Amino acid sequence: MSQRQIIQGVMALLRPLLLDVVPGVQQTAALALGRLADSSDSLAEAVVKENILPDVVQSVTSHNRFHKKAAAFVLRAVAKHSPELSQAVVDCGGVDALVQCLMEFDPGVKEAAAWALGCVARHNATLSQTVVNAGAVPVLVLCLLEPEMALKRIAASTLSDICKHTPELAHAVVDAGAIPHLAQLILSRDTKLKRQVFSALSQIAKHSASLSEMVAEVGVFPAAMTCLKDPDEYVRKNVTTLMREMVKQTAELSQLVVNCGGLGAVIDYLGDCSGSLRLPGIMMLGYVASHSESLAMAVILSKGVSQLAVCLSEEPEDHIKAATVWSIGQIGQHTPDHAKAVAMANLLPKLLKLYMDASSSEDLQAKSKKALKSILQKCTHLPALEPLLYDAPSKILKHVMCQFSKVLPHDSKARRLFVTSGGLKKVQEIQAEPGSVLQEHINAINSCFPEEIVRYYSPGYSEVLLERLENYQPA
Amino acid sequence: MAGLLTLEQKLQHFRKEYFYRSNQAEENRKRENQAATLIQSWFRGCLERAYLSHLHKKAIIIQKIWRGFTARARVRQMVKAAYFIMKMNFYEEMAVRIQQRWRGFFARKHIHSFYARKSYMEGILKKNESVRNELDEICDLQKKERESLKMIQEQTAKVYQAHRLHYLLSTEQCPGVFNSPFRQAPHEMELLLRQVKHSAPNRMVPKSRVSFLGIPGPAAHGFSATTESPWMKSTRICSFRPALPPIASKNYQVMVVKATTKSLDLED
Repeated sequence: MSQRQIIQGVMALLRPLLLDVVPGVQQTAALALGRLADSSDSLAEAVVKENILPDVVQSVTSHNRFHKKAAAFVLRAVAKHSPELSQAVVDCGGVDALVQCLMEFDPGVKEAAAWALGCVARHNATLSQTVVNAGAVPVLVLCLLEPEMALKRIAASTLSDICKHTPELAHAVVDAGAIPHLAQLILSRDTKLKRQVFSALSQIAKHSASLSEMVAEVGVFPAAMTCLKDPDEYVRKNVTTLMREMVKQTAELSQLVVNCGGLGAVIDYLGDCSGSLRLPGIMMLGYVASHSESLAMAVILSKGVSQLAVCLSEEPEDHIKAATVWSIGQIGQHTPDHAKAVAMANLLPKLLKLYMDASSSEDLQAKSKKALKSILQKCTHLPALEPLLYDAPSKILKHVMCQFSKVLPHDSKARRLFVTSGGLKKVQEIQAEPGSVLQEHINAINSCFPEEIVRYYSPGYSEVLLERLENYQPA
Repeated sequence: MAGLLTLEQKLQHFRKEYFYRSNQAEENRKRENQAATLIQSWFRGCLERAYLSHLHKKAIIIQKIWRGFTARARVRQMVKAAYFIMKMNFYEEMAVRIQQRWRGFFARKHIHSFYARKSYMEGILKKNESVRNELDEICDLQKKERESLKMIQEQTAKVYQAHRLHYLLSTEQCPGVFNSPFRQAPHEMELLLRQVKHSAPNRMVPKSRVSFLGIPGPAAHGFSATTESPWMKSTRICSFRPALPPIASKNYQVMVVKATTKSLDLED
């Protein structure tokens, strides 16, 4: 028999059992259906197609709590696979029945109902809106206060799934008073609960500045930092994600985070973990630095640049490298001091290499070019600029030349260094179209030096001298 | 007679002359009148012109003097105003210089205060350090807590095992499993067994055996993730008999006393 026939046969057998007289049979049938739907989405679709869902929704409203649990399990198993299946669950009136279940006494029933609602709300904004319209949010917030740890976890994860889509949904959750309760749960000992709580808070905070400020007002900050040393890596990642979402919004929030000592903690976190867990931490440093130059200086002084250099060299993945490169650009772009700090960490040749490397993705190349350009426009530290003279393509080279032409006319020591380190020689060797910006800069640089030196270093000068020697007649 | 003739001739001549002259005069009267009028009008005109020019000159003198007077007054006023403006410009320039210096000073001292920024940066570094230390402390504390919890759990597990495995206690005749003659000292389990008093087991219902309603089924993981330790009594729907306390028999007590004295002897 083909797979499809087997499935249809099974469904046909289970369906009358759901409506059986004996409650034990009903419950076991529901349990079986749930486990089948859980294991694959074709089975879940079969459950929907055979019109079993209305019966299941009927059993959700029954009196027996084990029956309710089993039926809620079935709804969850069906809804979790795809948005269309969740829509089917919603169309059968499943959401209202589940919200009724949430108001029961038994914690197991509440947990199953909350989990099912979370699976429905996870997929997209319209489904979340349906869940919110059914009045689930205040009941979920009450569930956060229940003593059972599992129920708290599931309630937090469902709230997180609801908030993540749009700001209006996040506002709906916040209006139900979720934030203070979530903030209290930060202090709990349970690891999985902390994961969900931080994920919920970061989903709320990411939409707008006012929401982030609401999260910050509750006093989440100093408490959240203790969780940065939690042994579980996902708790740490979610805390860093929360910090990143808050810091992204406004400069005052970044200031708040920095004043609480967040920078040191995040930099330690970056040092401890590896791989894609580093991503929120790296982005957080970039967002902090992007707001103002004093914050960027704070990042530099907390040894952020060296840590980012370590991340850049260690991570193999392109998207993490792109994020690191972006953060470095944000740090270095403000003033010559910042650019100097970035250059001293030997990052400019690395950025150039990433830009030139053919194997890096387009995103990485674009980001490294932008970062390099913005840092170069402020960099006046000439020893760091010289290595770039040798390998850079003309687009980068014109910025380097521009910087040289700005600094060299005023600083005689720098001119001397430039000549002795071979920079002037390299400049002469550069071919540039006359009239282009590059040629203008080269002329400006050449005008800083006496003509003999320029001629001495121009290519082919030894041949010119030899020619003169040949034509010379001693008197 | 001759005189009379001459007289008459003269008279006639006189008459003719008179007639001739008055004729002439009559003829010239108009011309002469006109000439006289012309001369008189011309003369009167000259008089008038002289008078007018005299008046003009005097009027010019008056106007000249008046204009000079008003112009001098105006110039005096203009000089005053120009002086005032010059003074005001000077003051304003000085005021601008003062304001420049003041604003530069104020900005350098308060708004973009270098030292405040420096101390802010140092403060941040210190705060980072202190936060790091605090976090390390908290982390250590939590680790210690977790370890102590773990140790307590292990200890209770061992004590429970000792409760259940009390029959493995070594007797006078026969050494138990944990008291092998080849060991220098008895195993810790042996010592625990000696300390612990035997308790009859309650009817324990491990979680993994029974699902709801007592129907045997495979492990139901999906329903609650509560961390129940398997040796704690489950409050689910399961039937168990309440445990009766062990009957305190004399023999049994003697055995226990002997076991404890034995352990004390061995320890000496």
